[in-house]
Amino acid sequence: MVLPALFMFLLFGVVPLIGVFALSFTQWDGLGPIHPAGISNWRSTLKDPGLYHSLWVTFEIIALSWLVQTPISLLLGTFLAGRQRYRGFLAVLFFIPLLLSSAAIAITYKALLDPNFGLAAGLHLSFLAQDWLGKGNLAIAVVIFIISWQFIPFHSLIYQGGVRQIPTTMYEAASIDGAGRVRQFFSITIPQLKYTIITSTTLIVVGSLVFFDLIFVLTAGGPGDATRVLALDMYKRGFMSNQMGPASVIATILVILGLVLALLLRRLGGSTTASQQEGA
Amino acid sequence: MAVATSEAQTTSRSTRGGGGHQVRKLLRMNWLGGIAGWIWLVIVMIPLYWIVVTSFKDQSAFFSQNPLALPSAPTWDNYKLVIENDFPRYFLNSVIITVGTVVPAVAISFMASYAIIRGAGSRFLGGVMGLFLLGLAIPLQAVIIPVYLLIIKMQLYDSLLALILPSIAFAIPLSVLVLTNFIRDVPKELFESMRVDGASEWQMLYSLALPLTRPALVTVSIYNGLFVWNGFLLPLILTQSPEKRTLPLALWTFQGQFSVNVPAVLASVVLTALPIVILYAIGRRQLLSGLTAGFSR
Repeated sequence: MVLPALFMFLLFGVVPLIGVFALSFTQWDGLGPIHPAGISNWRSTLKDPGLYHSLWVTFEIIALSWLVQTPISLLLGTFLAGRQRYRGFLAVLFFIPLLLSSAAIAITYKALLDPNFGLAAGLHLSFLAQDWLGKGNLAIAVVIFIISWQFIPFHSLIYQGGVRQIPTTMYEAASIDGAGRVRQFFSITIPQLKYTIITSTTLIVVGSLVFFDLIFVLTAGGPGDATRVLALDMYKRGFMSNQMGPASVIATILVILGLVLALLLRRLGGSTTASQQEGA
Repeated sequence: MAVATSEAQTTSRSTRGGGGHQVRKLLRMNWLGGIAGWIWLVIVMIPLYWIVVTSFKDQSAFFSQNPLALPSAPTWDNYKLVIENDFPRYFLNSVIITVGTVVPAVAISFMASYAIIRGAGSRFLGGVMGLFLLGLAIPLQAVIIPVYLLIIKMQLYDSLLALILPSIAFAIPLSVLVLTNFIRDVPKELFESMRVDGASEWQMLYSLALPLTRPALVTVSIYNGLFVWNGFLLPLILTQSPEKRTLPLALWTFQGQFSVNVPAVLASVVLTALPIVILYAIGRRQLLSGLTAGFSR
């Protein structure tokens, strides 16, 4: 009974994983025959400053999106953990962005942020009517904002679940000892959510590593190469410049980075059994 | 495990004792969270509201009216334009690949999960499970080049099947993770008593495990369905002709096609999102637990 799933997964999961490593040692334009190329792709790609630029942009997006999403999600998650009716209603609305495709969101924001015909221009808020996607730093800020707009609700939902698991007796004991709300948040809520924070962080980090759809539609890596993240770099080299070899080098780097980061975060969170005990 | 379960657990806990009241009282005083909550509502709703109102404006109203005002002369023209531009075909394609992925993916994942739980202790099955768990860490983006090569070699390039097959494979790891957790909770005695009555493994799978894991099956289906429905990378790389376009890709080409006609572009956004938003309105709880399936650990 396990065989159909195993077969499909081997064919389209495991074989490509090995394949991407193998292809990084070949020369292929995406259509014609594939030629072995030794380590030349690795040598040329690792020397290419473009790779380091993409790595830097990717890390920038990972770090900034974590810094923006985590505090807000924690705050909103704690808030949503309350069982008042209106909070449930707010939660319903918060999740709508999560249902939309990245393509739809990118297209919407592209129109909304247009410096001449966008929302800010229409409302005559000239300080908001910037050329948001035309300047490197602003474009990165926009990408971070949109990622947060879409995914903060998701992480809030994870934190909401986590907060509801915290035994109420801990808060009761703390109030008897005279700890205020803020104190309770920092010395009970946050430590108790340790594993939830690590789960959410892992998802943010590994998720931002392979961010593609949104940036592809929103800026296509621009302006210049300001938002050219690794996944986009891979796509452009492979499917636009028809250099599958160097693109496979980037893809291999992506796989390794993802595994290393996921393992590091797991180490940070202690053993898996511990995180399972804490979990739902 | 899925959020639905954890929510059920907490609810039962708070109704059981007075503890829930205490938490409620504490959380009610969270004014900072309250401010954040209302601000976030504004941040989320403004773009959504803007999409909808703009999609009912004609072009001149779009340029002249206050962008947040209701359309002075609401019009369906933008929707008509989008629908006349082959929207129904793209919609159908999206439905085909979503159903074509979710049904087989969930079926084979369910069979595999059943086999893995029933055969606990088997080296082979343990290894298979380990492989699937490893699969959770493989991003689709990173292996897209070899997938593209495989699809060409199988002569499936530019077909809907080219989108379905890899999507099935990439739906398996998380589905198996969630489903094994649920099948594990089915009491062993039930399997034993059925086996004593002479039932085969397939009969047990169908008449015991299936009904008892139905909520998890729905959850997993929704999760996978949303991913396929919104998927952009596979259609972008594995298809070429306009007749094979799915909705997210069609949105992207609409945007190129109608670039200056923003209301029409936004009408296409509304149309692609509508089915999911309706689904969300009907089965909110299932959908939310589907979204966080396997992650709320």
